[in-house]
This record gives sequence, structure tokens and C-alpha cells, in this order.
Amino acid sequence: MPREQMRKLQSERLKEVVERVYNNCAPYRERMQQAGVSPADIKSIDDIVKLPFTSKKDLRDYYPFGLLSVPQEEIVRIHASSGTTGKPIVAGYTQNDLDIWNEVGARCFTAYGLTNSDVVQVAYGYGLFTGGLGANGASETIGAITVPASSGNTEKQIMLMHDLGVTTLACTPSYALYLAEGLKGAPYKREEFKLKIGVFGAEPWTEAMRREIEESLGIKAYDIYGLTEIIGPGVGHECIYQNGTHLCEDHFFPEIINPETGEPAAKGETGELVFTTLTKTGMPLIRFRTRDLTSLNYETCDCGRTSVRMGRILGRSDDMLIIRGVNVFPSQVEAVICELPELEPHYFIVVDRLNNSDTLEIQVEVKDDFYSDELPKMIDLKKHIAHKLHSVLGIHPDVKLMEPRTIERSQGKAKRVDDRRKLM
Amino acid sequence: MITKQLSVFIENKTGNLIDLTQSLGEAGINMSAFSLAETSDFGILRAITSEPERALEVLKAKRFAASLTDVVCLLAPNKPGALAEILKQFAEKNIYIDYMYAFSDGDAAKIVIKPDKLKECMEVLMQIKN
Repeated sequence: MPREQMRKLQSERLKEVVERVYNNCAPYRERMQQAGVSPADIKSIDDIVKLPFTSKKDLRDYYPFGLLSVPQEEIVRIHASSGTTGKPIVAGYTQNDLDIWNEVGARCFTAYGLTNSDVVQVAYGYGLFTGGLGANGASETIGAITVPASSGNTEKQIMLMHDLGVTTLACTPSYALYLAEGLKGAPYKREEFKLKIGVFGAEPWTEAMRREIEESLGIKAYDIYGLTEIIGPGVGHECIYQNGTHLCEDHFFPEIINPETGEPAAKGETGELVFTTLTKTGMPLIRFRTRDLTSLNYETCDCGRTSVRMGRILGRSDDMLIIRGVNVFPSQVEAVICELPELEPHYFIVVDRLNNSDTLEIQVEVKDDFYSDELPKMIDLKKHIAHKLHSVLGIHPDVKLMEPRTIERSQGKAKRVDDRRKLM
Repeated sequence: MITKQLSVFIENKTGNLIDLTQSLGEAGINMSAFSLAETSDFGILRAITSEPERALEVLKAKRFAASLTDVVCLLAPNKPGALAEILKQFAEKNIYIDYMYAFSDGDAAKIVIKPDKLKECMEVLMQIKN
């Protein structure tokens, strides 16, 4: 769709959604009145900057149903984010919202080259988490055979993949790596599998991790992007060129802002990603701050799609650790670990405070072939890893070499950081 | 003679050595020499065992980071100056010792050496013997 036509569609839809929230959702109406803006002020998509932001905190404050823009009877499904602290964030879906979700999900799956002749194993968890049911809906909408395996039970996953001729695996990237390890010990040969495509999302992953997954599983690995608050997996997808995540911007309008000032970032600049849901009816969100840090690219892709592309997510501003005053993202650590041939692609970060000074411990596993019986060689390896990490992070980590398979493998969203600092 | 030494990377944590030695014990594998090199958070255990290949198998199955290394194993007289005499010969031939460990029992001392040049090391030892 040409850019001007897209902007026209977005403008119309923005006007509609602003009317809807203003008329039906008290907190939104109050916010807009406080900001001195009414639906009449929204004439085109450019006017979006006049509208106040919505934050994760708002969703907690109005938990569970305070931000609905429809009567509760119209809600047909609830999903919730895996909140690590306190109450989860709850999202209500109308039938209209579920239909939109299936449509954008199908759009993603089609972009990966999937059709009704594919067999898709959904190894995301089914439940409140949007991964399982989201990928399930996308797969059924394109008419593929859908295997709702859910997460866990690796041996059974591998058996199903083998016996059912599964062509596509949908799960978190960390679970994909876990399955790859399981496949090494499985009683089947690689050529007995039909697996060719992976649909991975729900946690940020690096280019290095993609290569690791593609090599170990012998597949093409594609990103699927989504957030519970916006809709779930289906907000965006990669295409076969793997050069950025195409956003379904006719439904979810993206902006990049400076996370400190809230001002729009310059074109192509990295900042915080903000979404407005243009078509949802259950719980539409206006200018929702995702905390994800990335950039947008409006150039037409080699695949021919004109939709805006999002760069790699550099991290959630929530994930960012401030250690000895330096900003550290787990994704930076992951990139270094995956680049080093001596290491398994698993790591765990422990941050603590000792004598008023932050400590950063990074636990890694050495690949079997790289263990040495000579202490100096192991110490050199440790120094080498620490040096590589220091050159990327800007602070000196304490690298800890662990025994094989002692770092916890994740079957869902990976927990890779333990921040033990007790800050007042 | 050249022997296959069992080398295992282990983290410094309570109970780790018990698990390892118990695994070998249950498999009926005896250790005749043993040393532990340590840093603050990990160590390397080295042992001469009755059946090195099987010991490796047993530990690998238990997911220990184990491997086999060629080392020189020799018996020296248990008397003052005996070890110095041997080491002097190595030094003359520029043989560098990566690590070694030894223990004595009665008249003899068992010495395990990991030299940088295995072949040359054996040649020196043959000469001493003759």
C-alpha cells in the first residue's frame, strides 16, 4: 500500500478509535480533558502527538477492567502478561479483536512462506500468555495443520515433530535452543524431520542467537513480534529477507519517542517504541509506551512490502541494568556469548552490591571440546571472555565458568538475570 | 610409561567431589593418584584410574566435563635427591613441565608428569633407566 494511502487509512482509524475511547472509557476522557484535547482536534494521523501517553502503570492502576471501552459483556477472552512483580497486566478481547488478531497472525505466517500444506507445532505455552493461542489462531487461519503441543516435555515435542512431519516450530527462541540440545540426544536422524521454518518471539533475541538456532536446527528462523497489551504475537513479522520486522501498521500505529522527554525522535533514530491500536474495540490503547528500544525504517523492503520495519529490539528499558552507573542490556551480553566459539549459547547474569559497589557476575558454560586439563589455559579462556564482554559493556564483569548443563534451560520466557541489589 | 589421565573441570561447590568420586566408586573404578588444581571458583581434578576409558564414559554420562590426557607416570626411589636428579635431566633437554603431582609409599614414589614434549620426556626417562 502506498504511504499516502496508508496514512489516510491510519488517519480515519485514529479518529474512530479516539472517539471510541473518549466516549466509552472514563480514564481516557479525563486524561484528554486534562491535556486540553478533544476528538475534534484529531484530524489526521499527525495529530497523534497531541494525545497523552498510556503507560504500563496505567494498566496496573486500572486493573483489571478499568481501561475497557466496551461493556463487559462484549469481552470474550482475557490474556495477561507474565508480570514478575505483583499483579499481572490484563487485556480483554472482543470477538472483533480476536478476528483482527487472527488476521494479522495469518499475515505474519504467510510472510514466512507458510501455507495450508504446512504442519505447525505450537510450543509456546497455552494459557494467559498470548504466545500459545496467538500462534494457534494464526496457524489455523492460514489453514495449516496445527499441533497445539504447548511448552515443556521436550522428548514428546521431538517425537511429535518427527512423527507428524512438522514443518514449522513456533516457540520462544530460548526454547528453540533447548529443543536443539534435546535433538542431539534423540533417536532420530535430522533427515527424518521435515522441519524448515521457526517462528520465534516473546523475548528479545540477537542476530547471533538467530544464527545459532538456524545452524543447530537446520532451519530458517523468523521473528514474530507482539505484546499482550497491544494484541499478542502478530503485531509484526519478518519476511524472507530477515531485514527488520514489518509492523502491521494499519492496525497498530508505531511511533518512536525519546524515552526521557517523550518528544518524537528524529527519523531513523533509536528510542522507545509507542503503539496506538487503531482498530481494537475491547481495550484500545492510545500511545502505549512499550519500553522496547528500537528504531523504524520506512524504506520499501526487498520483498516489496511498503509497511514500516522495526529494527532489532535493543532491550526493554525495563531490562536495562544500571551497574556502576553504566547502562547494561542482557542482549549485549547475549551477543558476546553467542559470538564466542568456546561457549554454549546459555548464560546467567547475577548483579549484587558488595561494600557499596555493584558486582556483575556472568555465568557461562564452556563447550565440551574447549575444557582443558591445564589451569592456565582455563584461566586464559576466562580472561578472554571477560575481555570481550568488557569491550562491549564498558565495565569489567566477573566471568564464572560453569560445569556443563548447570545453567537453567528455559522452556518458556527465559529468566537470565538475577538482580540481588536491595535498593531503597 | 605413558598413561591416560582423567581430567575433570569442576566448580567449587560443596558436595561436588563426593558426587564425582561416588560415581567412580559405584562403577568399580579405582584411583591410584589424584590431584586438584584450584582457582577461586573452579578447579581441575586429575586422576590416574584403573580403567581410564570407562571412567570417562561414567563421568560423561553424569554430564561431568571430563576428558583424557596423555601423561608420563614413573616410579622413582623414595630417597633424598631422587626427584631433583630426574628434573635436572628434563631441564637439560628443555622439557617444560605443565604440571606434576606425586606421592610416596614405602621405598617407591609414584610421580605423574604432564610435560610439553611427551616423546622427549620418555627418551630422557629411558636413558635414566639404562
